[in-house]
Amino acid sequence: MVGVLMGRRLPLAVCFVFGLVMFLQYFSEHPVAINLNQTILDYWQIVFAFTLIVGIFTYFKNNVTQISRGSDRPFRLVGLAGFVSMPLLALIWGIKADTPFMWMFENVQAPMQSTVFALLAFFVASASFRGFRARSLPAAVLLLSALLMLLSRSNIGGFFSEGLPEIANWIRDYPSMAARRAILIGIGLGSLTTSLRVIIGIERTWLGGDK
Amino acid sequence: MSTAVLIFCTVSYHLILISVAGYSGWFNPDTVATLVASLISIAIVLFTTFYKRGGAAFKVREIAGLRAVEDAIGRATEMARPVLYTPGWGGDIQRPTTIASMNILSHIAEKTADYDCRLVYPTHDPVIMAVAQEVVKESYARVGFPDRYRAEDVAYVSSSQFGYAAAVDGLITRLQPASIFLLGTFEAESLILAETGNSINAIQIAGTDSTIQLSFFIVACDYTLIGEEVFAASGYLSGDKSILASVKAQDIMKVLIALFVVVAVIWSTIEAISNVPLSEWWVF
Repeated sequence: MVGVLMGRRLPLAVCFVFGLVMFLQYFSEHPVAINLNQTILDYWQIVFAFTLIVGIFTYFKNNVTQISRGSDRPFRLVGLAGFVSMPLLALIWGIKADTPFMWMFENVQAPMQSTVFALLAFFVASASFRGFRARSLPAAVLLLSALLMLLSRSNIGGFFSEGLPEIANWIRDYPSMAARRAILIGIGLGSLTTSLRVIIGIERTWLGGDK
Repeated sequence: MSTAVLIFCTVSYHLILISVAGYSGWFNPDTVATLVASLISIAIVLFTTFYKRGGAAFKVREIAGLRAVEDAIGRATEMARPVLYTPGWGGDIQRPTTIASMNILSHIAEKTADYDCRLVYPTHDPVIMAVAQEVVKESYARVGFPDRYRAEDVAYVSSSQFGYAAAVDGLITRLQPASIFLLGTFEAESLILAETGNSINAIQIAGTDSTIQLSFFIVACDYTLIGEEVFAASGYLSGDKSILASVKAQDIMKVLIALFVVVAVIWSTIEAISNVPLSEWWVF
């Protein structure tokens, strides 16, 4: 009985009640509704903090298990070294300026993140090279639009024609925006129906997929 | 389910009464248009879901990306390589796209369990990880192979955007998955992941609700689910009538929105031609 309640009915009921409450509070400007919204968001943060514990425990356990099996050992050792050292440095010396933690953050973590982000420039070039091959009429239109857009955003664009930026702005504001809005309407409606399916209990994949 | 609908209708009815009576403070008058649009949309979804699903089968147009799902998993099985599925860094479990992605994951996990193909699911969010573990575990059990489920393959890697991108890139490079599914909410990491997948010649099926990242997926992936196709995917793959009914509701709402736009355009054109001040009743 308790198993059935905890496994299916209770989560569905909680989901329905909170879904309905969050829907209703959006239309209210009463302090009670505003406070309720804030309280629920605060509790969400608390729940997330607990799930983060589960996440980091799983990360640690997975890496230790894989290291013992000899799988991807160097990568996992580096990952675990960062995982252990950063909290230790923060606990011992704090996180203010000129502490070992901040030194590690500024000289190790931030450059590594920038390096991965910088990869994007090269990937944009390689993806553009493939995407801009005019193999069909739509691809040719895409290529032409992209060229106009690139030229209009660079200094060389004004050299060819003063009207080029206007053409590029027209492409961006009308055909491109129209397509984007059509996609956004579809996404909005899809989000609405998915949310509603979850709230009224038709969609139960988040419970593990039971029907 | 019927009880839920009944409660919903009762609350909506009282909400309208409150808004009409103008009970001070409880109802924000600036949200009237949103309330009306929401209630109409919800009524359409409930109607199609509970009254239309018992009728004739719904016809859903062919979606190339979803038709290729089985081929992609079959390819990975034949090549004895894993399937990699990741929901992107941009969303959390509250986001409808993540829920839609979980539905697709459920179907893919059933297939990988059936074909005895390894499924790797790295994520940036511990809540998504917990839900995904349940979804994959249930899917493996549903097709009769609970022993093939590997909890360590559905793993949290990092909450940092580029830490996550680096971790997934590393997995792609080392595991060399034959098929990669990038389905969820993606941000700047989308192209980094898609291009890395492309470099190892994996079949890539992507889908996102982020319009900016869609263009990257279209050039870098083999198949791309555009916007609403991600939400229709679970109904398309499972054939579940309740889900297909809500897809039908989306179509009805789209027709209504299109009609609204056409009427507003005609109205504003007539007003502009007649040189009368624009009423702009459609602006809210």
